[in-house]
Amino acid sequence: MDLKNSTFFGFKRENGRVGVRNHVIILPVDDLSNAAAEAVANNIKGTMALPHPYGRLQFGADLDLHFRTLIGTGSNPNVAAVVVIGIEEQWTAKVVEGIRQTGKPVAGFGIELHGDHDTIMRASRAAREFLQAASELQREERPLKELWVSTKCGESDTTSGCGANPTVGNAFDKLYPHGSTLVFGETTELTGGEHLVAARCRNDEVRKKFQFVFDRYQKVIDRHKTSDLVDSQPTKGNIAGGLTTIEEKALGNIQKIGRKCLVDGVLDKAEMPGGPGLWFMDSSSAAAEMVTLCAAAGFAVHFFPTGQGNVIGNPILPVIKLCANPRTVRTMSEHIDVDVSGLLRKEMTPDQAGDKLLDCMLRTANGRLTAAEALGHREFVLTRLYESA
Amino acid sequence: MIHFVVHEEGDGVGVVVVEGVKSGQPLSGWIMEDDKDIGVTAKSDIPIGHKVALKDYRPGDTVIKYGVDIGKVVAPIAKGEHLHVHNVKTKRW
Repeated sequence: MDLKNSTFFGFKRENGRVGVRNHVIILPVDDLSNAAAEAVANNIKGTMALPHPYGRLQFGADLDLHFRTLIGTGSNPNVAAVVVIGIEEQWTAKVVEGIRQTGKPVAGFGIELHGDHDTIMRASRAAREFLQAASELQREERPLKELWVSTKCGESDTTSGCGANPTVGNAFDKLYPHGSTLVFGETTELTGGEHLVAARCRNDEVRKKFQFVFDRYQKVIDRHKTSDLVDSQPTKGNIAGGLTTIEEKALGNIQKIGRKCLVDGVLDKAEMPGGPGLWFMDSSSAAAEMVTLCAAAGFAVHFFPTGQGNVIGNPILPVIKLCANPRTVRTMSEHIDVDVSGLLRKEMTPDQAGDKLLDCMLRTANGRLTAAEALGHREFVLTRLYESA
Repeated sequence: MIHFVVHEEGDGVGVVVVEGVKSGQPLSGWIMEDDKDIGVTAKSDIPIGHKVALKDYRPGDTVIKYGVDIGKVVAPIAKGEHLHVHNVKTKRW
């Protein structure tokens, strides 16, 4: 596929970023505000609440990550406007101010001194205004490079490494020269192939930063492991799918970054990249956590290769699933957007598989709902660094 | 028909990509990177996605896939047998 003059139809936001969805979200700052947020979303049809279990008595780097994730989610270009609800005024205002930097409509409501009834009423009024304004926004034709693409795989098996993941790699290799902004992550899931990623880093500075975050998490494992990590990495699903060791899983995982693109930089969790290129985000390999972090970093569409059949979605980031396992494609077809099982029968070349994924990416960007969106998968999972105070 | 695929020449394992492979069945394989054919006779029932050994292994041997070390052998494996967590372990952690 020649991507040279490729375009897509997206929503250009106030800060210049381009989204492919037009969500008005009701964002709780903390667990206590979920009920009010869900009530508002129920009142104002077409808005969406993003409930989650955290946001109280967190501190330090863990609290910073909490705010960065919430502010990043609200700031994502797939979001047209945001209603923020928190138990306390101050932290609510902090999230509102963060999102306001993008220039998009945002309003915050604290529950204390008001109660749920009054908060829901006031927030519903704002949500209704935002939704009606957003409904008048039009898509416009934009150059391909303005579409930020993230990737993370899940419920992998051996077919991921020989089919679905190399397909993402092929697509990334095609997007990279056109100035796309791309990200991958999954720090533990590089174990056994970390030297291959290090070798792909653009320069020594990036390599040093990559090695630092990789080694840092190996120490976390050493500190907390019982015998080893074989109960979690590979997962029981991975093992059932034929993956034997973390090294084998990692080498399959790394196929997602293709063969040509270089790793241009390293991001902290939910950190927005500073420019185009391929970025590595230090992140968990748990699907919903990693995809939530990609959404918070501003990515607009996601490639999710699976082997055994992960069903994940995200509230604001369209998750495109691709699979090369013929059994999964047969038994879980409603979850798979792109069937690349032909790769393993030699009925499809890697080049054709990559084109098929890119075609689905452009259709998704232009508005086609992914399987996960149609099925209502909205997993919004915040990463925690340590226990609350 | 392709029963199993091998990432590159020199790898000691293939990945079964069809359902219902039975012990004693002759299997045709495809080395993807080099686009070459390879054959082996299954000596175990092997589920789809699981690996077939392409050589004999002794405990302590290293298994190579993608041209890279994926772990150590902990029980003898004969060519054609099912190679998985019961006879191969990680070298990490």
